[in-house]
Amino acid sequence: MNNLLITPVVIPLLTGMVLIIFQRNIQLQRVLSLIALIVTSVISVLLMNQIKNDGIQTLQLGGWEAPFGISFVGDMFSALLLLATSIVSIGCLIYAFSSIGRKQEKLYFYPLFLFLITGVNGSFLTGDLFNLYVFFEVFLVASYVLITMGGDKRQLQESLKYIFTNIISSAFFLIGVAYLYSMTGTLNLAHLSIRISEVGQDGLITTVAFLFLIVFALKAGLLLFFWLPGSYSVPPTAIAGIFAALLTKVGIYAMIRMFTLIFYHEPQITHLFIGILAAVTMVLGGIGAIGYWDLRKILTYNVVISVGFIMAGLVSMTPAGMTGSIYYLIHDMLIKALVFLIGGTVIHIAGTSDLKQISGLIRHHPRLGWMFFIAALSMVGIPPLSGFLGKVFITKGTFESGYFWLGGIGLLASLFILYSMIKIFMNAFWGETILSEEEEKGTTKGLLLPIALLTVGSLTLGFGAEGIAGHVAQAAEELLNPSLYISAVFD
Amino acid sequence: METLIVILVGILISIGTYLILSRQFLRIVLGASIVGHAVNLLLITSGGLKTGSAPLLGEKTAGFTDAIPQALILTAIVINFAVTALVLVLCYRAYQNFGTDDMEQLRGSEHE
Repeated sequence: MNNLLITPVVIPLLTGMVLIIFQRNIQLQRVLSLIALIVTSVISVLLMNQIKNDGIQTLQLGGWEAPFGISFVGDMFSALLLLATSIVSIGCLIYAFSSIGRKQEKLYFYPLFLFLITGVNGSFLTGDLFNLYVFFEVFLVASYVLITMGGDKRQLQESLKYIFTNIISSAFFLIGVAYLYSMTGTLNLAHLSIRISEVGQDGLITTVAFLFLIVFALKAGLLLFFWLPGSYSVPPTAIAGIFAALLTKVGIYAMIRMFTLIFYHEPQITHLFIGILAAVTMVLGGIGAIGYWDLRKILTYNVVISVGFIMAGLVSMTPAGMTGSIYYLIHDMLIKALVFLIGGTVIHIAGTSDLKQISGLIRHHPRLGWMFFIAALSMVGIPPLSGFLGKVFITKGTFESGYFWLGGIGLLASLFILYSMIKIFMNAFWGETILSEEEEKGTTKGLLLPIALLTVGSLTLGFGAEGIAGHVAQAAEELLNPSLYISAVFD
Repeated sequence: METLIVILVGILISIGTYLILSRQFLRIVLGASIVGHAVNLLLITSGGLKTGSAPLLGEKTAGFTDAIPQALILTAIVINFAVTALVLVLCYRAYQNFGTDDMEQLRGSEHE
């Protein structure tokens, strides 16, 4: 029993509800939402320490013992993601202060932002399949509104596609829940794991596993990413940043959780299939990233590549591969928020997202340019930076488990990332300066602070990797030994 | 009885799929909503329809009906309702802005 586990859900939720009342007092809304997120990040650090010392923490809501009530389970994997979520959301929130605009701030931007974080945190912590669905809906509904914020024509157009896609995938989620309940008679993740290992994962359960794979692949953008480039490139920068950093990652989290805790008995079918999807995703994402000349499109295709790459670590099911996936997942949350914010700032300055019309920004914005360069290098995985360890471990894991083709495609995808990021750097930052400072469409006032914050976060993750190595190793061990999770829930 | 309900779910899902594949906003929303209802029916069937009396301690019978699927669909219906309301508003707004309710005409973007 650990009541701290519910706080990352309750704090943003209650703050968001209070903020609805103070719709007109923007200053108060800003301060309160920032405080709520800082408190959440402090709590996630506390949780991390407790889990480090005492193992997986659980909370049986309302005192109803598992499997009858809803359990909240915090293992190291969830705690690390919680911390990353808090840091990223603080960065995007500060960016929103000076970029989102008065009108949107009055139209409940901050409450919706906090509800989004509520849903994401809840999904990381819940130990119940149906509760996972509910938290998915919480952040999805918040994202439906956030994506249309501003009511621009392109936003409406893309948001309709985004919403219809997600409604259908939610229906699939419920169908999966219904089938699983009728077969096993439980929805508690730990209990499901026990029941399925008792009766064995037969053909029917594997089919249901594929149903869940489709659902989470749609949310994460694993192969089924047709909706992603459009809908992630239309909302305002701060919102696009938080979407790119968090929403696909929740899908990835759910997939890793389901396929390490519940459906891990037939890896030669399910995991191989995920591997094929991951490889195709990386190749298609890579083609998109090199093919486009639109800044935002390139960045969204980079989101797609990283989804494939993280799944490659899951496919291997080795300690190295899992460690790599966790490292890379955390790195990717920080770095995707960072590059989306920088990309948005570039568009804000230049007034266009077409790379052919932007040039030489580094003369007037040296700090922005070099921070982008650092972000680009760490996305590619240059040694001391944060992407490196994840890449090494994932590649090692795939090679150890014999998926040489998958590791190879992963390395090839790094080249795609390198090419696309350097293309942005060469075109947008280097070259002849065509915009004088007076001609620029917007200022970077107040925008550099959150970008610097996320850059420092990413650098810390890279240089201080030794500091969290123990935590990540523990998280990987817990993922690979479902018995740890189960015994924590039922004690 | 369960078999009949499952067949009904199948029919509803096929109607929903047909509607979702059409081009008008309203038909897509209705289709999504019908699929939602079908899924709710499937959920309530998943625990067996009526296997005993109400799950109350006072009832003196051998079997009880599973209450969990009922709790689940209650939540699912509420979520479905909220999302449908939101989508309807959004579709109306899109209709006002674009002057059309045809999905085909919303393809691509002027930026490319």
